[in-house]
Amino acid sequence: MTLDMGQKLLRMESITKSFPGVKALDGVTFDLNVGEIHALVGENGAGKSTLIKILAGVYPFGDYGGQIALDGSARSFNSVRDSEVAGIAVIYQELSLVKDLSIAENIFLGREPRRLGIINWQELYGRAQKAIDDVRLRIDPLTPVRNLGIGQQQLVEIAKALSQNARILVLDEPTAALTDAEVETLFGILNDLRARGVAMIYISHKLDEVFRISDRITVLRDGQTIDTAAAKDTDESRVIAKMVGRAVDQIFPESKHERGEVIFEARDVTVADPSVPGKLLVDQVSFAAHKGEVLGIAGLMGSGRSELLMAIFGAHAGRTAGKVFVNGTLVQIKNPNHAIEHGIGFVTEDRKRYGLILDQTILRNMTLAGLRKLSGRFITDEDAEAAAGERAGNDLRIKTNSVYTVVGTLSGGNQQKVVLAKWLLTNPRVLFLDEPTRGIDVGAKQEIYAQINRLAESGLAIVLVSSELPEVLGLSDRIIVLHEGRVTGEFTRAEATPEAIMSCATGHARATA
Amino acid sequence: MTDQTTPRIKLRTSALRAYTMLLALIAIWLFFQWATIDAAHPFGIFLGAINFSKLLQQTAVTGVLAVGMLMVIVSGNIDLSVGAVVGLAGGVAAMTQDRLGLAGCLAAAIVTGLLIGALQGCLTAYVNIPSFIVTLGGLQAWRGLILKLSKGATIPVELPFFRSLGKDFLNRRIGIALALIAIVLIILTNLRRNRARVKHGLKTIRTASTVMRIVVPSLVIVAFVVLMNQADGLPIPVIFLLAVALAGAFLTANTTFGRYLYAIGGNPDAARLSGINLKRYILAAFCVMGALAGLASILHTARVGSASPDAGTLMELDAIASCVIGGTSLMGGRGTVFGAVLGALILASLDNGMSLLNVENWAQYVVKGGVLVIAVGFDMYGRSKT
Repeated sequence: MTLDMGQKLLRMESITKSFPGVKALDGVTFDLNVGEIHALVGENGAGKSTLIKILAGVYPFGDYGGQIALDGSARSFNSVRDSEVAGIAVIYQELSLVKDLSIAENIFLGREPRRLGIINWQELYGRAQKAIDDVRLRIDPLTPVRNLGIGQQQLVEIAKALSQNARILVLDEPTAALTDAEVETLFGILNDLRARGVAMIYISHKLDEVFRISDRITVLRDGQTIDTAAAKDTDESRVIAKMVGRAVDQIFPESKHERGEVIFEARDVTVADPSVPGKLLVDQVSFAAHKGEVLGIAGLMGSGRSELLMAIFGAHAGRTAGKVFVNGTLVQIKNPNHAIEHGIGFVTEDRKRYGLILDQTILRNMTLAGLRKLSGRFITDEDAEAAAGERAGNDLRIKTNSVYTVVGTLSGGNQQKVVLAKWLLTNPRVLFLDEPTRGIDVGAKQEIYAQINRLAESGLAIVLVSSELPEVLGLSDRIIVLHEGRVTGEFTRAEATPEAIMSCATGHARATA
Repeated sequence: MTDQTTPRIKLRTSALRAYTMLLALIAIWLFFQWATIDAAHPFGIFLGAINFSKLLQQTAVTGVLAVGMLMVIVSGNIDLSVGAVVGLAGGVAAMTQDRLGLAGCLAAAIVTGLLIGALQGCLTAYVNIPSFIVTLGGLQAWRGLILKLSKGATIPVELPFFRSLGKDFLNRRIGIALALIAIVLIILTNLRRNRARVKHGLKTIRTASTVMRIVVPSLVIVAFVVLMNQADGLPIPVIFLLAVALAGAFLTANTTFGRYLYAIGGNPDAARLSGINLKRYILAAFCVMGALAGLASILHTARVGSASPDAGTLMELDAIASCVIGGTSLMGGRGTVFGAVLGALILASLDNGMSLLNVENWAQYVVKGGVLVIAVGFDMYGRSKT
């Protein structure tokens, strides 16, 4: 069936879905036209994922209220398979490729072209080649997926979906792990697909990207459709206001940092790539952190930001050189325990992987790094821990009814606060923050920002790494910029502009204050 | 977190499984009690003092091993060699009893276990060989070693006190004295705990709750000792099991060592970045396991009255099954000593009960295997529903 551009393809009407005790969706209406990119935005918990899971058949027909119509006729999907057959493909944030199979095998997994039950490899490779040509991926289809970057893996997923004749593509936070260059490639392909009549639902927290790519934007809040508008008829601040239900004129709170003496200094830190001999991930980077100040480290993905902090913290697998001074004295940090003893705290990126033990309680997670200080060297003191944990929870406004709640059940923002509390309970003098607001909603971000300012005001030295430029600009008193492991720029808050930082981060310019 | 809540009992998945298993254990006991009713025993045999005492003695060796195994599994590892270590350490004790005397030969058994644990722990933690492989190798090597040392012969235990460790009973009065000491300790810890909570500015535990925390365990202890005294008194191996279980429960729940084991098994990356020395604690867990395997070998050798080269065969699987039935996750990070000992008790109850009923040998194996799989199956089903 061919459809004309702009014609109504999908309509979800009065969709309602309840979980025990919560109404996740309450009469949501959403439609999608042929050749359209329709963005779905909203805070975490607004109901985006639930809506998508209904469309994808994860919650079968009868499990929700309301109607889904495709090409004008009502449909009921009882399984993911039903939804796929109807031409709906979802590219989830966590990619679902088999890492040790090749690109071609992944694309045709479970529907390999066969003759008498035997796989016809030549046909499979030929068709796989066509599929990845469609997404402009110039890689041998025999390459194992493991060897691809995240951006390339995503393109493989898209190629897979298209090879199954998907007409509706749902992209869930597709740029969360991509470099800027990869984002450009992805957007080029999405534009191509749109021109070919593929309809796309685009879910993202990054509003600048949403405005760049989408035709229409629908805002969900608390399980309800708040607004659907053409992208050209609205703007970021209006969308944010609708997402949070209040006007956000100032995401970054006013701060009154008072710069004190240098408490931490790293000199000529160099980190070798453990997997590529001769390659340096970080090349002679030096910086100093002052009491009461936020030092921002900007840089694109792969610029060596996280590796720099990991190496200083004694947690990087690669060979490391350089000197670290705390309070003016040279210190040897061979493992994270040394770093903690010298007063360094490190809120690592990717809280689920590096920060939290998801099936343990808030309290257990909070006290893990500072356990011996809080509780005694060998025998633990449950009550001392509980008291410290409750205080930290109150200070950071963690929303839960007890510190004995399992951390995995909390929202992303509250999980991030638990990681922050864990490090504050080690009583640090300098606090590294690596991507402290990744994947959390606007409201929670603001609270984290307020905490960062509060900590700086209380005299802590803060080193902030973030791939979100507005965040670095909005919080830092000074900013250094990394490009391919080297410092290419240094700015004070007054001098820093997004353009200046971006040109240093991309290696176009060098600047030193 | 605006109000300070008192810690409530949280039914975490592992705890939930342990409570379910407690109910299952009671059901198993009641079933065997009913099934052993006959003309001579109108109330059944199974839960009678004499059989119950025997049941607990049968639990002792597996229970001691399960406590060590729990720590190894919680850290994300496994120890398949403990059965062979029981054989080797028991053999060492029997072979050295003439030369080293009682204390010496018992120490030799425990040191043998400890050294093996240290070696296997080093290979796992510092050389990065997966523990499954290290201990699978150990399972064969240690069995081979005892065959060589004993020349394939069974060595009888000659020292009377050594034998008595596996067979004798505590004087009834001492049993009662121990029970009273335990009750006093329970009362003191509960009162102290409330004072500590006040000191830290936490809400005190309600008096009713404190009373329950004192009365329930005290009643259990009294009932237990009275029942045991109706038979021959507290069996020595059971005293060892209780001591090991209490020490293990304290070690896992109230020490940094225990906390770190759960963290390492739960998320090794997060544990490492929180400053925990993973290698050291994994090594320590294997050392504890090894020493407990040495202790288990003493209890086993003493009960059997001799050390045979194939002693302990398949005991590692009983220990692992005990942990799993008691709610331990083989992925690491989850499980309790209470659950592991409960699992050992369930396995021993099935053995004992089926023997009383003269169930054929083959059927006993099938039932035990089935119980293991069903226990985990129920747990997975329960977890998928929440």
